[in-house]
Amino acid sequence: MSWGYFIRRLLAVFLVLAIVTFAVFAITTMLPGNAAIMILGEYATPEAVAALEKQLHLDQPWYAQYLSWVAGILHGDFGTSLRLSLPVTQVVGEAFVNSAMLGATALVAVTITAIPLGALAALKRGTGMDLGLGLFSYLGTALPEFVTATLLLVFFAAPQHGLFPAGGFVAPWEDLGGFAAHVVLPAATLGLVLMAHISRQVRSEMSEVLSSDYIRAARLKGLTERRVIRRHALPNSLAPAIAVISLDIGYLLGGIIVVEEIFAWPGLGRLLIYALENRDLPVIQAVTLLLAAVYALSNLLSDIVIALLDPRVRYA
Amino acid sequence: MRNFFSSPTAIMGTALLSIVLFAAIFGPMIAPYDPQAFDPLNRLQGPSLTHLFGTDQFGRDLLSRILTGAPSTVAFGVGATLLGVGIGSIIGVVAGVSGGWVDSTIMRILDGLLAVPDLLFTLLIVTILGGGMEHAMLAVSIAFAPGMARIARSAVLSVRTRDYVRAAVARGESGVYIVTCEVLPNALSPIVVEATIRVSFAIMIGATLGFLGLGAQPPSTEWGLMVAEARQFMFRNPWCVAIPGISIAIAALGFNLFGDALRDALDPKRSHG
Repeated sequence: MSWGYFIRRLLAVFLVLAIVTFAVFAITTMLPGNAAIMILGEYATPEAVAALEKQLHLDQPWYAQYLSWVAGILHGDFGTSLRLSLPVTQVVGEAFVNSAMLGATALVAVTITAIPLGALAALKRGTGMDLGLGLFSYLGTALPEFVTATLLLVFFAAPQHGLFPAGGFVAPWEDLGGFAAHVVLPAATLGLVLMAHISRQVRSEMSEVLSSDYIRAARLKGLTERRVIRRHALPNSLAPAIAVISLDIGYLLGGIIVVEEIFAWPGLGRLLIYALENRDLPVIQAVTLLLAAVYALSNLLSDIVIALLDPRVRYA
Repeated sequence: MRNFFSSPTAIMGTALLSIVLFAAIFGPMIAPYDPQAFDPLNRLQGPSLTHLFGTDQFGRDLLSRILTGAPSTVAFGVGATLLGVGIGSIIGVVAGVSGGWVDSTIMRILDGLLAVPDLLFTLLIVTILGGGMEHAMLAVSIAFAPGMARIARSAVLSVRTRDYVRAAVARGESGVYIVTCEVLPNALSPIVVEATIRVSFAIMIGATLGFLGLGAQPPSTEWGLMVAEARQFMFRNPWCVAIPGISIAIAALGFNLFGDALRDALDPKRSHG
């Protein structure tokens, strides 16, 4: 793989992130609504508001606020949470680890099941299994997370049988079994949508590849069906699947907001809702920036993997 | 376009969409009960002949509440999408037609905005504007604009170098004429397809905002809000969360399938899968 391609993509990611810092900053500070009044309540005295504005540097022009915020980020300092009185880096860091564990569980479980399912559906096109998967994947894309989560709770966490806990979190390094029990329902909620996307994409790519000339050639040459699928069809239908998985990381980053809130999972999503409710600007900014960064980097990673798998992309 | 109804996707999508649109137009008129009338003796009942979908935590008839909630749900999805498509298309067309540094500046900014997940973007804007249906709708449309702008731009770019546009330029037509009469009509179909599919996302985000308490406010019969309000009682009567939840899914699925079918019909190259 050529270094030029890699460096160009990396620069593009940094440019996107620079723009995101500006957008996040603009959205959180330049739109109507005064953070100091939101924190102190509408009956705060003007002096108290002025004092807090000074403490938050809200009395400075916006570009000075922006520059000092960006300078802080470059030094790894996201400021101090207004509500929790803790460094934002620490609060967001802990939440990030928890979210990453949830997201990774969902992603790994789905990737293992969705790719074979999609491939199988393509091989058995038009059968009941194919139709069932199609219906299931449409349903997956049409059910919002809060509905899936609520329905899963009704079925699997009712107090009568209580198969799984209705919410909460146990760290895996404290009790792996407890972690597993708590992660099942939120991961399944996220997984339903992911599974729909990924299996559908693999199916559509795979059916296209299966009708291509080189697959016909491989069959005519007398290769076993097994070898045709494993060595010729599957590898060629995976690159688009990887692109979809990376797009789905973007979905996952939005999906965790609702899922974590419903299942009381102490991750970035829950932290974000708490911060939004309490107008904790430094936390809101840090979480948004982090989610955007993860998304941009996962896109970069998928571009690299695709370039490694498909030589044509590198020179495009 | 002639064999639009030959695919199961199109039939299914049209059927679901008809049900949803019927409920949205006639729902409040055909609702059998007053959607806000309390009936303390018949709380949290399952489906029966008197209450086809059962009753909620206050004994309100679920069918009537779903039917009266339909117009606002559909209006939210369609309204937010139209607004988002409008804002996005203007940005995209300006970028595509101008080209050069204007285009690259706009595209870089859009890339930045697209790196923020839709729901997160919407949540940020709603929190700043304050909750409520109108603000939620505005927020969704703003969150949709960057994606739509991108599609509009690429649609414009693909027709910009066609001969009929060059002919109009050679005839000395004004820029406005070329954009509105030559470029836009031919760039419209990908925008329409994307917009139809996006209505389903808008409905889902709207319901999610209602669920989080940032969209419609009680005693509204918005479906997401109904799920949120009934959640406490979901183990006693699962129907009062399942019915509004499934209604959201049907509305979203209808627009989604219809959009997919529209895309296949307008672009035969993509008819597989």
